[in-house]
Amino acid sequence: MAQPPIISVKNLVKKYGDFTAVSDISFDVYEGEIFGLLGPNGAGKTTTLEIIETLRDKTSGEVTVNGFSVDKDPDAIKKCIGVQLQAAGYYPNLNLSELIVLFSGLYGISKTPKEMLEKVALVEKSKAKYKDLSGGQKQRFSIATTLINDPKIIFLDEPTTGLDPQARRNLWDLISEIRDKGTTVVITTHYMDEAEVLCDRVAFVDGGHIVGIDSPDAFIDKLVASGFERKKEVKSANLEDVFINLTGKEWREE
Amino acid sequence: MTNNQRSYSNTRATLAIAKASFRSILRSPSAVVFSLAFPLVFIVVFANIGNRAITADVGVAKTSDTANDFYRGLKTHKVANLVTNQTTAEMQKNLSKGDLAAIIDIKKSDTPPYITVNTTYSTASGDKGNIFRMILTNIAYNANKPAQRGPSPVVELKEETIAGREYKYIDFLLPGMLGFSLLSSGVFGTAFVFLSLRITLVIKRFFATPVKKYSIVLGEAIARLVFSWIGAAFIILVGHYAFGFTLIHGTITVVNLLILSAIGLIVFMGFGFIISGIAKNESSVPPIANIVTLPQFLLSGTFFSTAAFPVWLQGISNILPLTYLNTAMRNVAFEGASLGSVLPQLGVLGIWFIIVYGVAVKTFRWE
Repeated sequence: MAQPPIISVKNLVKKYGDFTAVSDISFDVYEGEIFGLLGPNGAGKTTTLEIIETLRDKTSGEVTVNGFSVDKDPDAIKKCIGVQLQAAGYYPNLNLSELIVLFSGLYGISKTPKEMLEKVALVEKSKAKYKDLSGGQKQRFSIATTLINDPKIIFLDEPTTGLDPQARRNLWDLISEIRDKGTTVVITTHYMDEAEVLCDRVAFVDGGHIVGIDSPDAFIDKLVASGFERKKEVKSANLEDVFINLTGKEWREE
Repeated sequence: MTNNQRSYSNTRATLAIAKASFRSILRSPSAVVFSLAFPLVFIVVFANIGNRAITADVGVAKTSDTANDFYRGLKTHKVANLVTNQTTAEMQKNLSKGDLAAIIDIKKSDTPPYITVNTTYSTASGDKGNIFRMILTNIAYNANKPAQRGPSPVVELKEETIAGREYKYIDFLLPGMLGFSLLSSGVFGTAFVFLSLRITLVIKRFFATPVKKYSIVLGEAIARLVFSWIGAAFIILVGHYAFGFTLIHGTITVVNLLILSAIGLIVFMGFGFIISGIAKNESSVPPIANIVTLPQFLLSGTFFSTAAFPVWLQGISNILPLTYLNTAMRNVAFEGASLGSVLPQLGVLGIWFIIVYGVAVKTFRWE
């Protein structure tokens, strides 16, 4: 990866009073990759994301996104990123089409609801309300709203939390497709299998610090090389593979 | 990097929010019920019982003789209520509005007819005028009976009728209902919307787009204003065509009423912004909002004139913003007052605007 990073975070610090949520974090994200921020709850993942997304002020450090500084040019950043928030709601009483129209207006971009909903296979739900969607559909719709402005980078904060295995795999396919079309993806997750399948590179965050950045393969290889062995004999399938095998891989609506 | 560089339109973003908000309001049952159904139900109920008064207020002219049996008899009458504490000009005005059924001027004479009752009715007197006419005829008939042996009557009734417009109860009630509708929509609607947009992180998601804060506030305000205007126009038209609500200058009066509605709504929305900031969750909105709306509903002359209140209570009435909105709307609708001539009322609303938004800026929270 010789090209300059599309996101550059240097010595980022965020304090809430005496509490330090993010303590001196530095990392780069390169164009066209899926970058995972991994770590336990309260590690500072969401705070870090929200600072990059210009939604939160930082205490110190430098953040540039697509060449724009979060201090000087937050509006330019907002125009070239798509943001999916953890647990965010949508405007009440509107159906999916109307929500897409609203977001098109907010971004100042002309997109038809149909072309956006097609990207996430929700065209037949265009007259449904967001609150009536299933968990997987909600996440796919959220992703559709992040794509309206043809962003260079999208941020997904725990997009698969609470989803069943089918919906989770379906979302992985969608996220990989988005990356394959050239959009950089920054994702947080608690599922290591997900990070392993999906992410080109991951950063482990703990206690407001980054404790390691590399590709999932490299991390695993390093650990194995250090002499680590799983307690249980590794089988060539796991229980989730059994679940998918028994219940079918195809996408379930509810 | 250039594809998103074309100029971003804040107007377009504002209108997108306004459109979304308007759709949302139309689909929210409480907004429709509070803004349209409640005022209409009140109008239908009260307009139909409002005019069935069983007393007729009758002005006594300053020139009238009061030291005679006829006057004394009239004074004890249960239906006729003699009014002596108004100036001649007030009496004339109230007669022309139909607030007074008639003005009487009794003349005593030494020759028959010993009593001459000059009564002035107005075309606005309506049923009350007719009732009073019957009362007079009745008294005069009884008074003249003993005198039937002579050719000259004791009492002679003379009457004239001036042109007037009846100030019907609907003329009082409808502006009050309109004010109430604006108050509840402005306070409850605004408080609920901004609180729920905040706690469901809708506003936070908005902030991840290039939209400006003022677009969000303005978009919501436009939606609420358009909705309130449609509601107001509907109430005014139903009031006018079904209940005879007086629109003295027709369309111009309607336009002036809608302008006043907008001013009132903007002031009331300020209360909503304050409440959305101090309420912790949706269930704490109604108690706080009721503290703002209920006293105004009861004390601002929505259903009945505050003139009947004791002085200390009138003092409270005379502070509340809805009182001034109601008065301004009544003057515009019935008296045909221009917006310029309700400037005193608008001035008080302006003071409220400054107070309310001064507080709202302090308490309002985006997240």
